[in-house]
Amino acid sequence: MKRWLGGLLAVVIVLVALALAWTFFPSPREKSPQSASSQVSATTLRDPALIARGEYLAAVGDCAACHTRKGGVRYAGGRSLATPFGNVPAPNLTPDPETGLGQWSFEDFWRALHLGEGRHGELLYPVFSYTSFTKVTHDDALAIFAYLQSLPPVRQASEEPSLRFPYSLRRSLAAWRALYFKPGVYQPDPARSEQWNRGAYLVQGLGHCNECHATRDALGGLSPDHTLTGGQIPEQNWYAPDLSVNQGGGLEGWSKGDIVDLLKTGQSAKGAAFGPMADVVRKSTQHMTDTDLDAIATYLQSLPARPAAQALVSRVSFDRKKGAQLYADRCADCHGADGRGVAGIYPPLDGNTSINEPTGINAIRTVLLGGFAPVTAGNPRPYSMPPYAQELNDEDVAAVVSYIRQSWSNKAPAVRPSDVSVYRHTPID
Amino acid sequence: MNWFVLPYLAWSGWASRAAIALLVVCAPLATTLAADSVSTADSQPQVPDTIQQRVKACTTCHGVHGEGSAGDGVFPRLAGKPAAYLAQQLAYFQDGLRKYAPMEYTVRQLSPAYMEEIAAYFSAQEAPYHQSPVPSVSTAVMERGKQLVERGDSTRGIPSCVSCHGERLTGVEPAMPGLAGLSYDYVSAQIGSWRTHTRAAKSPDCMAIVANRLRDSDITAVAAWLGSLPPPTDMHAQPADVEKQVLPGWCVVSDAGVTP
Repeated sequence: MKRWLGGLLAVVIVLVALALAWTFFPSPREKSPQSASSQVSATTLRDPALIARGEYLAAVGDCAACHTRKGGVRYAGGRSLATPFGNVPAPNLTPDPETGLGQWSFEDFWRALHLGEGRHGELLYPVFSYTSFTKVTHDDALAIFAYLQSLPPVRQASEEPSLRFPYSLRRSLAAWRALYFKPGVYQPDPARSEQWNRGAYLVQGLGHCNECHATRDALGGLSPDHTLTGGQIPEQNWYAPDLSVNQGGGLEGWSKGDIVDLLKTGQSAKGAAFGPMADVVRKSTQHMTDTDLDAIATYLQSLPARPAAQALVSRVSFDRKKGAQLYADRCADCHGADGRGVAGIYPPLDGNTSINEPTGINAIRTVLLGGFAPVTAGNPRPYSMPPYAQELNDEDVAAVVSYIRQSWSNKAPAVRPSDVSVYRHTPID
Repeated sequence: MNWFVLPYLAWSGWASRAAIALLVVCAPLATTLAADSVSTADSQPQVPDTIQQRVKACTTCHGVHGEGSAGDGVFPRLAGKPAAYLAQQLAYFQDGLRKYAPMEYTVRQLSPAYMEEIAAYFSAQEAPYHQSPVPSVSTAVMERGKQLVERGDSTRGIPSCVSCHGERLTGVEPAMPGLAGLSYDYVSAQIGSWRTHTRAAKSPDCMAIVANRLRDSDITAVAAWLGSLPPPTDMHAQPADVEKQVLPGWCVVSDAGVTP
């Protein structure tokens, strides 16, 4: 009943917000494409040094991850991004005049990145993370644009977004933006070091870490009070952990070196990247310079301690004996009876952030899917974990995951077989 | 008593024997204790630095030597298949040409070089074949299967299996997979997946053409005949046939017009 009332309330709030937006917010600017005369000369855009810098920054922003179809040409778009409101295909970023950015001026690109507006003034869906990209500097945006314009044009039209009403109305975004979007380039904190500011700029801006590592509300918005505090990634159903290394943080106890190792090689003494983060490491962070990785680690080290989680009184019970037996049979060979893993090969489970995250999703799905740590220059032949989806039923997985979550120093709540059943059927994309 | 005699006494008679016995009993014990203290200090499991150890994600389903899963044969044999074929299939799972979520997830973050190394490992394995159960079908169906495998059906433009997959059906180097040792379930599921576009190859996709020319009953027939063949004595893929390096004519010309 409560849930039902909550749902009704949410619908009413959305409708009121929409009505207000319709009434008070200006309609998208009517702008003819011809008027976009470029103030950046074509010569500037052909500067090889600028293009090279843009290539690096595009990797830092992991643009290709969304703007590339599986098996498709890099940056030619086509990947459909699932959101709770419907699917949004990522457009073609190559300079094809009809299907890509061929007719875009830098000013058009800047408005998209900085203001979340399309070339015709239409409001862009925030699955394109302009909530973060707005912090990118004009110079960096120019370099990225020069790089994208230097790519061979690929003719590949993007599909239209398939969003549910009322999200299908782009004007409804005016209300969303009023609530959740504040445009503005990153402003350095003069009280902090240059390195810290570089890290903050990368994490909050191009790196758009907060787009996954924070909890979204019912409208898909992020609260400025909870940055990088961890959250379940909608639709993908992985848990992106809290990134504080201080007391109560998701990365509690991680050194600067641990953070750099994970971002550079895909694994550290504290854990390995898997799921969506494995993709981020392989396509983006492993290509970053040591200076930038150090800066990111410096910034993350400064995130504050988190309030102690309330003693989790778990009403979920599980078969501890069965869990222990399964652990001894299937897990201990690699992760050790003491849950400490093997340095550089198999990650520790004791104190592992992805074991102890609040939902249990990561441990459940890792047991089901197994897999390789990402291949990186620093770890070209990673070891792997067997998938257990075909060998263990929901009760077994719940027992062994619950056992791991409550062994050694781990004190996370147990998980239910019904949770396992849900994530067993979550699509991998 | 002369004190100098004591050592001599100690090494004579029962005393010396007892001392030796004590040593024999205690030496292994001491070694064990020493080993224990070492493993307590460094309790990490010893992990072999081998490709076999690295690919546990693969071998849990496909077998340590890529022999495939016994019984239903859902997880296909990898052992002895040409390395180039195996590497290519891993790339197809990455590129979305083959769709099977557990495989797609497993290979997603691998590099071409590592996939080639993994492919080479399974290609070099020589594991015994095992036979999977075949549903009981009529003699006529078996006959049809034998015909399609050995001679094809020219009236429907269907080439024989052996014309590409080798006379012994163990595949042909460098990239043609063997069909011997595959189960009824696996073969029929794969041919079906070509028709439902969950399995494909880069163009020209010859198997897609064949799969679309087969009747449903033909799929059963081919899968039943292949699944019931006795394991081959020589399991190696045949060496590359220089004359057959060129694509067969039926595949090249009919890329567009596929007869369903």
